[in-house]
Amino acid sequence: MTQKPLLSLQNVSKQFPIGKKVLTAVDGFSLDIYPGETVGLVGESGSGKSTVGRLSLYLQKPTTGSVLFDGFDLSLLSSREIRKMRRRFQMIFQDPYASLNPRMTVQDTIGEAFDIHKLVSKKQREEKIVELLESVGLDQSHLSRFPHEFSGGQRQRIGIARALAVEPGFIVCDEPISALDVSIRAQIINLLKKLQKEKGLTYLFIAHDLSMIKYLSDRVAVMYLGHLVELASSQELYSKPLHPYTQALLASIPIPDPVIEKKRERILLQGEAQNSSNSSVGCPFQHRCPFAQAICKEKKPLFEEVTPGHFAACHFAKNWL
Amino acid sequence: MSEEILAPEFFKPLERENAAADQLRRRPLSFWQDVWIRLRRNRIATCGLYLLITLFLFALVGPFLSSHSYHETNLVLKNHPPSLRFWFGTDDLGRDLFTRTCWGARISLFVGITAALVDMAIGVLWGGVAALLGGKADQLLMRVADILYAIPYLLVVIMLMVVVGTGLFPIIIALTLTGWISMARIVRGQLLQLKELEYIQAAIALGSGKARILRKHLLPNAMGPIIIAMTFTIPTAIFTEAFLSFLGLGVQAPMASWGTMASDGLSALRYYPWRLFFPACFISVTMLAFNLLGDGLRDALDPRLRK
Amino acid sequence: MSQPPLLQVDQLKVSFKTHMGPLQAVRDVSFAIYPGESVAIVGESGSGKSVAAKAIIGLLSDPGVTIDGRILLNEENLLEKSEKEMQKIRGNQIGMIFQDPMTSLNPTMRVGKQILEVIHKHAKSSFKESKQQAIQLLQEVGLSDPEKRFEQYPHELSGGMRQRVLIAIALACTPKLLIADEPTTALDVTIQAQILAQMKAIQHKNQMSILLITHDLGIVAGMCDRVIVMYGGMIVETASVEDIYHSPFHPYTQGLLNSIPRVDKEESDLTPIPGAPPHLLDLPAGCPFTERCPFAMRMCPSHRPALFVIKPFQQAACWLHKKNP
Repeated sequence: MTQKPLLSLQNVSKQFPIGKKVLTAVDGFSLDIYPGETVGLVGESGSGKSTVGRLSLYLQKPTTGSVLFDGFDLSLLSSREIRKMRRRFQMIFQDPYASLNPRMTVQDTIGEAFDIHKLVSKKQREEKIVELLESVGLDQSHLSRFPHEFSGGQRQRIGIARALAVEPGFIVCDEPISALDVSIRAQIINLLKKLQKEKGLTYLFIAHDLSMIKYLSDRVAVMYLGHLVELASSQELYSKPLHPYTQALLASIPIPDPVIEKKRERILLQGEAQNSSNSSVGCPFQHRCPFAQAICKEKKPLFEEVTPGHFAACHFAKNWL
Repeated sequence: MSEEILAPEFFKPLERENAAADQLRRRPLSFWQDVWIRLRRNRIATCGLYLLITLFLFALVGPFLSSHSYHETNLVLKNHPPSLRFWFGTDDLGRDLFTRTCWGARISLFVGITAALVDMAIGVLWGGVAALLGGKADQLLMRVADILYAIPYLLVVIMLMVVVGTGLFPIIIALTLTGWISMARIVRGQLLQLKELEYIQAAIALGSGKARILRKHLLPNAMGPIIIAMTFTIPTAIFTEAFLSFLGLGVQAPMASWGTMASDGLSALRYYPWRLFFPACFISVTMLAFNLLGDGLRDALDPRLRK
Repeated sequence: MSQPPLLQVDQLKVSFKTHMGPLQAVRDVSFAIYPGESVAIVGESGSGKSVAAKAIIGLLSDPGVTIDGRILLNEENLLEKSEKEMQKIRGNQIGMIFQDPMTSLNPTMRVGKQILEVIHKHAKSSFKESKQQAIQLLQEVGLSDPEKRFEQYPHELSGGMRQRVLIAIALACTPKLLIADEPTTALDVTIQAQILAQMKAIQHKNQMSILLITHDLGIVAGMCDRVIVMYGGMIVETASVEDIYHSPFHPYTQGLLNSIPRVDKEESDLTPIPGAPPHLLDLPAGCPFTERCPFAMRMCPSHRPALFVIKPFQQAACWLHKKNP
């Protein structure tokens, strides 16, 4: 890619103090996202993917490392400048029931963006809001209604309209469909795809639904316990995973086809992901990796390019080619 | 299943109006409208509400209904039991107890509501700043509040009376000195909870400043518990005023507070029981009414109880 | 099936009294589960699947509930049993796992004690024997270091471990039927795979029947022999697991399968089902799926289709079956 990345996370770490201990949610994470692409970020609980999402929008400040948007280092900007810059990147949240202010009408929720940044005149405000509502599949009759009158899928649409009000170029979708009914998920996904095409959006799509990630993403990044362990094009990752965790993850995805399910080779991981404070020595996956060797316990593998465009953090990544 | 359904015309595609799929079903209800409906359904709370309305009318209109004033003494008519002329009887200075009770209601309600409002103002400010600033500032503010809370308020009140003198306003000051602390705690607790909600994050992501978030997002949603707390602060304030007046630390003669009336009536309980009965009854019923209303409000505001 | 069914649900109807009128959560549902088989009830919100499960095990405690029909366990009608009799059956003949492992365990009681509670309720054994049994159960469900886990409190365990404990509790008295309501929804996908594998192994060993209630069509394919699809409080299709995935008849089943992406296939487009799952107060007199159905015909809103036999062991409640091509 010779383009400049739109969002660049450079060796970002985020630590949270919990009582006397320190929880490292994200450790040395680096990722460049280019204009127009959809990057999927997968990981299970404790992987740090939601924190990465918030760091990308500077809703959380990294403990170390930098977040650059369109070349601007966000830590160098004043809070007023950051607030102005927020127009360019937005988020769609997971919980449709908590992401809308229950006391504000749809009109006010979507219009808030206009009010904060003084983007439109009073006359145009309602017009623009209706335009946004229609672009997400709702309509004018919904303007003075309250969130509790809508279904989960409709609330997500309102959230999407709100994010679009500022005309951002980059949107972080933080598990936008996991709280929705199965038959509605495809509606929202199709809407997101349509909007991307229409408005030339760039997405960072965070989810744990691997099938949906594959469907949507151009490139996919896999996280484990705060570390980035693999990054590749969607095709590559699902057909030739180079990291044992990715392999186990893919092997765990249930496939809606009984014939295939009955014949599958399972790589069942033992145990659970433990975020212990002494995991800084060696590979973070050493405790559960079925192929762990001595070197894995001593030296943390580097995140490096194994084949063009395909990165993995494993001492033995080349063995899987 | 009759055979007629199998006639071919029933198998033709269904014609339907467009966009039926996304229609909303319920009538639009704002938050407070919904709360009101839920409150009305609660019979006991509604009783409390009606009692309070009656009390307000009593306080406002009562003195005009009777032909007597609250301070007019008439030693000839002293200690008369309730009659057509003196609806609640008279005290030992011949004053009409009905009018005095009405005035007592005015005082109690005034004190209660003023104290609650001041408590709310200080509490919201204190708790709000603590919650928003977080970290060390939050710790400092709340520890100061804890220390103030530990001081026995009666001591404070008495000392205050010595300095400022007795009367209505010193009582209000005394009441608000420590009353705001529980309000501050409630407000802080609410705001801390709300701060984590995603719509707050969304507002930040949109570029909203802290003041706007407090004004438009946090406070409106925290109003529920704040109002409930106020509904319970009022009876406490009323009782405290009555208690202080009973002790002689409150309003002075010839002003009629339920507390002073109760104090007067206590010594004469054996022979002229109505002199204690009316003020005591009114204090109890007023407090009960506020508590019933507060309980009802709490249930009506609880989102989990919505049907 | 030559054996008699273990569980037979006959014309089950459940309705709740609300201030907006009666809410029919389950409308005339009938099915059977045979010994040793796994049956899935698949549905989304408002389908009635969880309510049906709770009705079977007698956990619908809402005072405004009306239940009609029969639920036969080994020929005995559970709906006619008293609460005391049901308590003997719960845990003993029917085990149940609920969705949220965080709230299903008593946080103030050690894990081991919670298992012992169930064991002691249904059998008289010494403390030593029951403790042995409990530790063995914890091992069977895949918990490492079971003696240690026995002494721990729920908050010391992760979500996956807690769910395993719940499975251990449900299986403590080797019930003949395990009802699992969304047992892995709250868990990571790698943990889910482990737990489902464990459940299958235990099922095989104990010759137990499983009633799996879920919205996840993926796990159903790997776990179950038969599938029942519910929508709007009624059964819209029932078939063997192969038939449901390879030749679904009902438009809802087809729509569901078309709207989920697959990791093993190249997907060009997902076709969502328009609209949203129904509000149970607003159901039409006819087929509940009418509003969202791409094939809806004129009789659909007013006439409810019965479950027609499409082919042996596959039934669907859809008027399309009666349509002459």
